[in-house]
Amino acid sequence: MFKRLKPFVLFPLLSLSSLVFAGDAISGAVEQQATNWSAIIMFLIFVAFTLGITVWSSRRTRSAADYYAAGGGITGFQNGLAIAGDYMSAASFLGISGLVYLSGFDGLIYSIGFLVGWPLILFMIAERLRNLGKFTFADVASYRLGQTQIRTLSAVGSLCVVSLYLIAQMVGSGKLIQLLFGLPYDYAVVLVGILMVLYVTMGGMLATTWVQIIKAVLLLSGASFMALMVLVYVGFDMGNLFQQATEVHEKGIAIMGPGGLVSDPVSAISLGIALMFGTAGLPHILMRFFTVADAREARKSVFYATGFIGYFYILTFIIGFGAIVLVSTNSEFLNEAGALIGGNNMAAIHLSKAVGGDWFLGFISAVAFATILAVVSGLALAGASAVSHDLYANVFRPDATDEEEVRVSKITTLVLGVIAIGLGILFEQQNIAFMVGLAFAIAASANFPVLFLSMYWQRLTTRGAMIGGWLGLLTAVSLVILGPIVWVQILGNESAVFPYKYPALFSVIVAFAGIWYFSITDKSAAGAQEREKFDQQFVRSHTGLGAAQAADH
Amino acid sequence: MQSDVYQKIKDHPDFQILVAKRKSFALKLSAIVLVMYFSFILLVAFAPGVLAEPVAQGSVTTWGIPMGVFIIISSFLLTGIYVKRANTEFDEENQRIIEECLKG
Repeated sequence: MFKRLKPFVLFPLLSLSSLVFAGDAISGAVEQQATNWSAIIMFLIFVAFTLGITVWSSRRTRSAADYYAAGGGITGFQNGLAIAGDYMSAASFLGISGLVYLSGFDGLIYSIGFLVGWPLILFMIAERLRNLGKFTFADVASYRLGQTQIRTLSAVGSLCVVSLYLIAQMVGSGKLIQLLFGLPYDYAVVLVGILMVLYVTMGGMLATTWVQIIKAVLLLSGASFMALMVLVYVGFDMGNLFQQATEVHEKGIAIMGPGGLVSDPVSAISLGIALMFGTAGLPHILMRFFTVADAREARKSVFYATGFIGYFYILTFIIGFGAIVLVSTNSEFLNEAGALIGGNNMAAIHLSKAVGGDWFLGFISAVAFATILAVVSGLALAGASAVSHDLYANVFRPDATDEEEVRVSKITTLVLGVIAIGLGILFEQQNIAFMVGLAFAIAASANFPVLFLSMYWQRLTTRGAMIGGWLGLLTAVSLVILGPIVWVQILGNESAVFPYKYPALFSVIVAFAGIWYFSITDKSAAGAQEREKFDQQFVRSHTGLGAAQAADH
Repeated sequence: MQSDVYQKIKDHPDFQILVAKRKSFALKLSAIVLVMYFSFILLVAFAPGVLAEPVAQGSVTTWGIPMGVFIIISSFLLTGIYVKRANTEFDEENQRIIEECLKG
C-alpha cells in the first residue's frame, strides 16, 4: 500500500510552537501516496448511500422549518449523535491521536478542553436557546433587541467562523486525499465542495443531520474496534500499555506528564476560555438545537453528545498510545529517517492497518474522509442560514416569503461552495493552523457574549450588544494577526506585537466589558423598551410557552 | 391574552421558586465543571510535576491519567444528573404552573 515511498515532509504539528488548535487543522506539506483502492471504494459506497438519503430527505423538505431545522422532528438521541458527528472532525480524530503519538499526555489536555464546554452549554444555554429560537442563534440574541443591528452582527460573526472553519476543512480534505487515497489535492477540494452543496441544497437539515449521524456511528465503531484491538494486545491492562509505550518512545517516561502544550498561565487560561466559550458560540453547533421538538429533547441531545464525544476522546488516547507501541516499532510504517510515513497525523491510520489489515485501513481512511463531508455540510448550512434567515429575511427583505428565503439559502450554499473550493485551492500551501483557533476566538468573543447576556441580563440593550460584540470580534481578529502565528510565522516579522497565541482571554473580557458599559450608559427610549421586554422573554425562556413547535409530518 | 399569561406566570410564586431552584442547581453544576477544568489547566501551567507523579512506586501510570479520565467521565455524569432532574422534577413543575395560569 505505502510502497515506493520517498522521504516525507512532516506536518508542522511537530513544532510545538504551531500547536494552535493543531488538533483541529490538518496542515503542512504532504506527498501523495500510492492509490488506495479499498479506501476509495468504501468512500464511494458512503457517498452513494448518503446521496440516497439526500434524495429521500429532499422529498420530506418542503417548508422553511424543514429546511433549516428538519421540521423539529429529530429525537434527542439522534441529535446527540449528530452533534457528535458535527463536532468530531477528521482533524480531531487524526490530530489528537497524532498528538498522543507524538507527546502522550498532552493529547489528553487537549481533548479535555474540547469536551468541558458541553456540560456548560447544557447548564446555561441549551434549553433557553431551544425555547426562544427558531432557526439560528441570532433569533435568540435579537429576540428583544434591534433586529437589524444584532442580526447583522451575528451573521457577520457566523460567517467569519464558518469561513475560517470551512477553509481549514477544505485544505485538510486536500491533504487527506493525498495521504489516504493517493489522489491529487484538487480532486478532494472540488469533490468535497460539490457534495457539500448537493447535501445541503437538496436535503437541507434533514440530510445534513443523517450524514452527521452516519459518520458519527462509523467513526465511533471504527475507533472502538482499534482501541479494542490495542487493549487485547496489552491484555486489557492499561498499565502494561503505558509501560510498553514509555519503553519504545524516544521521550521515554516524559510522555506520561504535561509536555509543553501550554506553558504559561495566561496562555493556559486563554486557551481554556476559547475552547469553552467558543464551543458555546459555534453557529453550526447552536443551530442543531432547533432540530429537536422541545427543551426536553434539547437537554437529552447534550447528554448523549457529551457521552459520545467524551468516549471518542478516550478512544483517541488509547489509539495514540497503541500507535506508539504497534506502529512506531514496525518498519513498515516508517521512512528512512525513522519517522512516521505521512507525518504524525497518520498514527491512527497506520494503526488501523497494524490491527485490521488492508481492508480495515481502507475503512478507516474512508471514514476519516467522510468525516470532513459531515462537518462541512453543517458549516455550509449554518453560513447559508446566517445570510438567508438573518440578513435577507430579517434585515433586507422582512416581507420575504418562506420560499424566497429558502431559495436565497440554497443560492448562498452554492456561492459558499464555489468560494470554499476557490479558497481551498488557493490556501493549499498556506499555514492554516491559526484558522480554527481564530474561529473559536471569534465565536467566544462575538457570538457567545451577546447570546449569553441577551438571555441572562435584563439591562442589556441593542447599543451595548452591538458595540461590545463588534469590539470583541475586532479584538479577537487583531490580536490573532498581531500574535506569534500570523505576525511572525506567516508575515515574517521579527517578534510578535501581541505575545500570546490565544487571544480569547483578552477579547472576551473586552466584549463583556464593552457590552456592559454601553448598555448601562444607554438612556434611550428604545433601550428602556428592550429592558421591559425582558420579563416576557424570561418567562418564555424558562417555560417554553410560545416556543417554535415541531412541524407536523 | 398571551402577555397576560406571561405576567401571571411571572407572578406565580411557584414559578419564582422553580426559577430559583433551577438557577442554583445549574450554577452548582457549572461551578463543579469550571473548578475541575481550571484546576487541571492551572496544574498543567504551574505544577506539571504533580500530574507527572506516578500513582504507585514502580508504576509508569501517572496521576494525570486518572485525573484526566475522571474529568471526562464526570463531565458526562454531570450532564446526566442535570437532565434527569430537569426532565422530571422541573418539567413537571413547569407544566403544572403553565396549566394553572392558562386556566384562569
